[in-house]
Amino acid sequence: MSHNKSNLCKSILKDNFGEVAEAVGCHLLKDNICALRYLALKSKFSLEQTKKVLCVLLQHNICDYITDSKGTLEYLIDSEIILRRIRFPNYIYCAKTLYGDAAELVAEEILQNGQMLMTQVVKNVTNKLNEALTNAGHPEIASSFVQEKFNCLVNTHFLQRCKNRTNTSNSEDVTDDLYKIPVTGSRKRKHSTDNNPVSLKKRRILDSPEKEEPDDAGIYWKANFDRFHQYMRDQLMITAIASKVDKKAGEVLRTLLRVCELKSDPYSTVTNAVTLTEIFNALPKDFGLTRKLLQIYLSMISEDSTCFISKVDESGGGMYVVNIYKALTQIATSHLESVVLERFGSKCLRIFRVLLLKKHVEQKQIEDFAMISAKEAKELLYNMFSQKFITTSEIAKTPDHAPSRTFYLFKVDIHKLAQHVLERSYKAMYNATLRKDNELTEHSWRLLDKQERVDAIIASIDQAGGDDTQKDEIEQTITPTERDQIDTVKRTVQMLETCEIQIDDTMFVLEMYLFYANQDRLLKCTQKKKK
Amino acid sequence: MAGRGRGRGRTVSFNVEALGINKGEVPIGPVLQPPPLFPPQEFKPVPLKQSEDYEYICALKKEFIGFMKKSPYYIQSKEKRKDIDRYSDKYQSGQDTLGQWNPDWRMFPDELKPAEKKVRKFGGSKPIKPNIPASKKSKTSEKEITKTLEKLEKKEAAMTDKEGEEEEEEEGANPEKKTEEDLDLDIDEEIDEEEETDYILTYFDNGETYGDDDDDDDGDGPIY
Repeated sequence: MSHNKSNLCKSILKDNFGEVAEAVGCHLLKDNICALRYLALKSKFSLEQTKKVLCVLLQHNICDYITDSKGTLEYLIDSEIILRRIRFPNYIYCAKTLYGDAAELVAEEILQNGQMLMTQVVKNVTNKLNEALTNAGHPEIASSFVQEKFNCLVNTHFLQRCKNRTNTSNSEDVTDDLYKIPVTGSRKRKHSTDNNPVSLKKRRILDSPEKEEPDDAGIYWKANFDRFHQYMRDQLMITAIASKVDKKAGEVLRTLLRVCELKSDPYSTVTNAVTLTEIFNALPKDFGLTRKLLQIYLSMISEDSTCFISKVDESGGGMYVVNIYKALTQIATSHLESVVLERFGSKCLRIFRVLLLKKHVEQKQIEDFAMISAKEAKELLYNMFSQKFITTSEIAKTPDHAPSRTFYLFKVDIHKLAQHVLERSYKAMYNATLRKDNELTEHSWRLLDKQERVDAIIASIDQAGGDDTQKDEIEQTITPTERDQIDTVKRTVQMLETCEIQIDDTMFVLEMYLFYANQDRLLKCTQKKKK
Repeated sequence: MAGRGRGRGRTVSFNVEALGINKGEVPIGPVLQPPPLFPPQEFKPVPLKQSEDYEYICALKKEFIGFMKKSPYYIQSKEKRKDIDRYSDKYQSGQDTLGQWNPDWRMFPDELKPAEKKVRKFGGSKPIKPNIPASKKSKTSEKEITKTLEKLEKKEAAMTDKEGEEEEEEEGANPEKKTEEDLDLDIDEEIDEEEETDYILTYFDNGETYGDDDDDDDGDGPIY
């Protein structure tokens, strides 16, 4: 793992779980796999504190543990899952756009707690919603409404069960029951699940302080990040097509993806084929698109240079597949192009595009194709070369590799460049968090603290029914200059946070592209082996 | 490239033109300084995208981090660095976290469970545990003592010897004291013994055998 990435991981851990977790997590990240005592020794915290950190990390699915050959437990940490914490607001927003406010709260609750019981989630969310609703003067809702939303999220695989640690002996229900919702409210069911006498006994001993055992005890739920990513990936492709062709084309692609989703493996580079009829039937009824028009749209998207979809057969009115890998390559490339444009200017972008089109090009040819003077082209090429945006390959005419008898061909390797830009994004993100911390702690924490206190006092006066003069008096304890200062800090922090979210968008595009590039490579390897 | 350019083309073993440096051009000299820490920006950063979605996501982010900071998952380091001790510090520790986190220990490995004492501490029933065994022990020992005492009393009542009774009672009431005193005595004795056989004394050379040693050495020495 790179330096930038581990730095970013550390800062995320610190933000979420405090400094102790940061230190322990840092050692885990460094050593990859570690036993408890060794970890406590290395991180120089007491054993109790280290235990607590590990518990928290396990609760949030960041850590995992395995038993080694001697029977001691060793702890692993997953840096990818730490990085996903940046994207949590996006996931919550996803749930909101798909299933509304209740689902948003469900997703939030689960992400906040890492893993949770279904009954607990439903109870908490219902309470929260009802509180908000009664404050706004609306009637309360029943917990069955929240339960329904929860079921929705599970059925569409946005939530899944955690690995069951308690009864590892019966491995049969490990795979198929990931998305099975436990039946609650019936005593009978509870008895049938507890046919394991050992666990029953254990449970009685362990849960004696609790008031009552919930019906779905032991079944914990967590967010399925891959499913969220899949949704966000589809969204990315739809917006790309919508901006390239038009909104209706975007809707057509959305329908196509939805039909494909049920049929194909989410990690395959190309989806399974779908007929025109299927797409037509799946289109929303109020959309008002005739079969003829749909065909035109589909052929338009498939004949586009971006190759998002392609026609594989004529049968059934035409069979279409979505080229996920190609689409993501296109999207990633356009992101990289815009990075080049903003970093090096439009002339460099011209050169970059020439390189993308012609693959391997000599300097002289670049000057001709991009119509840039020799001297300028040389400088621009050097700029991009030194920042690793382009690479060269040497082709020697003679075996001695003398520079005078060697061709230097420039080229762009999108895969490597994507990795490079991803690294830079990690760094940018880390810088943004550092800067934010600095803004909040170094200069103005005293002021912010003061404002918080004043706000609290005003709120309490409001509750007690105090008059406006009292409030004004307290508000005036913050001087106008202080208020200005607070405003600037808040604006800066707001900007940095938006910045983080938008860097994460770029990171998401690049990560998705790299993931599918990897899938593609694996596929090619297996195909070669078969041959 | 900079290193090669140092010779101004004359001492270089190959044709400089191959590197793209034409005849008229002066090659770039060697770089003798590190690049500036904050180089001037040629291209200004693009303004951030503004939309309602981003604002909402930003608000979610803030709320989430705010929750995490207050949640029981946020582990405070014990030694907080403080500028000064405040009276209000006493009352702030309780307000930091929202609710308690009671982990379901079935989901965690056993070794991560905090030691028993700690669990009791969290539950708030702190004084119970240490008291139970102590009180039991004392009860049993008291009972035994009273029993033995009663027996002895009966015996002594039979004997009707007043002085003996007092002595017996004293012994029964503080057997610990006596043993402690015994121990102390033992330790003192040990120390005395140690002082007698202090190793420094045995290694002390008063120089009396100096000459003898020399004689012996001469005998053992090499013969030329």
